[in-house]
Amino acid sequence: MRRSVWVLIVVAGLALSGCGYNTLQTQDEQVKAGWAEVLNQYQRRADLIPNLVNTVKGYAEHEEEVLTEVTEARSRVGQIQATPDMVDDPQALADYQAAQGELTGALSRLLLVVEQYPDLKANENFRDLQAQLEGTENRIAVARNRYIQSVQQYNMTVRRFPTNLTAKVFGHEVKPTFEVEDEAVLAAPPTVDFGDGN
Amino acid sequence: MRLEGDRRAQRGWRRALGWQIVLATLLWSGFAAADVPVPELKTRVTDQTSTLDGAALAALEERLAAFESRTGSQIAVLVIPTTEPEAVEQYALRVAEAWMLGREGIDDGALLLVALEDRNVRIEVGYGLEGALTDLASRRIISESILPRFRSGDVPGGIELGVERMIAVAEGEPLPEPQPNWEPGPWAGLKSLLPFLLIVAFIAGGFLRMLFGRFWGSLAGATIAGVIVWLLSSLLMVGLVAGIITFVIMLLGGARAGGGRWSSHPRAGGRSGGGWSSGGWGGGGFSGGGFSGGGGSFGGGGASGSW
Repeated sequence: MRRSVWVLIVVAGLALSGCGYNTLQTQDEQVKAGWAEVLNQYQRRADLIPNLVNTVKGYAEHEEEVLTEVTEARSRVGQIQATPDMVDDPQALADYQAAQGELTGALSRLLLVVEQYPDLKANENFRDLQAQLEGTENRIAVARNRYIQSVQQYNMTVRRFPTNLTAKVFGHEVKPTFEVEDEAVLAAPPTVDFGDGN
Repeated sequence: MRLEGDRRAQRGWRRALGWQIVLATLLWSGFAAADVPVPELKTRVTDQTSTLDGAALAALEERLAAFESRTGSQIAVLVIPTTEPEAVEQYALRVAEAWMLGREGIDDGALLLVALEDRNVRIEVGYGLEGALTDLASRRIISESILPRFRSGDVPGGIELGVERMIAVAEGEPLPEPQPNWEPGPWAGLKSLLPFLLIVAFIAGGFLRMLFGRFWGSLAGATIAGVIVWLLSSLLMVGLVAGIITFVIMLLGGARAGGGRWSSHPRAGGRSGGGWSSGGWGGGGFSGGGFSGGGGSFGGGGASGSW
């Protein structure tokens, strides 16, 4: 009687914790939460852009080309329906990543052009926007990093024995993640020179 | 002869490869070790460069301690020589994640990091303070108060003024009152009760078996275990699995205890008890009277500057 109780406890404990079902659920949720944070921070950046473009326009009318580029890249990003389910769809994730990458590129070109306009760089409103943009880029880098880590952990659980059996039974598959090469570029802080440098 | 030559070439090649591997390993470990380690958090102000004298340290410490007892928020200062090869943002986040400044769940912590040789400064802001200590506010504190003093060589003055303004701004954040003895709610404890609930269910199952007989008793016990697990995990599937396992084992266990036909198999169980290390308790934040972070988290908010 007493022995059977212990056997029950041990086996039930193993069955519940050893199969990794709860781990899978937790990590799946973490991936989703990480992704939501990435979307959140990208949205934050998109919200800053109209104001930034308007401020730059006031000082640098001739830079039509790069301004249009930023505006268009932003609207392309906006056209992609960003949903939580994207974490399971490699193609959608890649498209989203490409669109955001284009916007990142256009923005850095804009900030480079701005270097030629000392009045604009001295403008308080522009400096504020730039501080916000820098902060947001940093948050994006952090959110992306954490997302990549959570996907790594999840994928490891899905692939490793014996949790891979549980994953198979409950239909959990390996999730796609961001390209790491892209990460190196993003992690590098934007270099903006406020002095007149050269 | 040719064979000998081949073999020698092969050996040489293998040796070269071996060296490459050794070299790569050395280089790799060299790179891995090159990141500046996060200092241990003992006091609110950590100065590894001896820039601040004793009086300045004590004054800052006192000011930050008073701020914490007033609002519950935690601000810490770290002065180090360099963050290389990492960017100041990456290092600051690593420190913030390790120190976990701010209360858990409220995340009202902030860090002022000065990398003296790099001439970089960063204010890293926890989620809970981002409303008041925005990127913008942080940038202003850095460019208006800290950097001018740093540029004129007055690093202690810059840190002091920076901390003062950080406190002033952070006080504008509406946060819950500080609670000296914060305890987790009843739900947090329920999860760690799971093993005990299971034991209770099994013992109850034993009684049920005595009352209703082997089959119906096991069924009743399995149902109880299944329902409890279901409620706790809020997943029907898990509850069902637990119930079925319980049922099968109770049925077999009952047979052994009753019939004696199974008594020739004394392996499994019995002695294996006692190994339940839940690890749910302990591991708290008792670091012996020193200062320690409250469990707050950070998401890269704040601003940086250089002089």
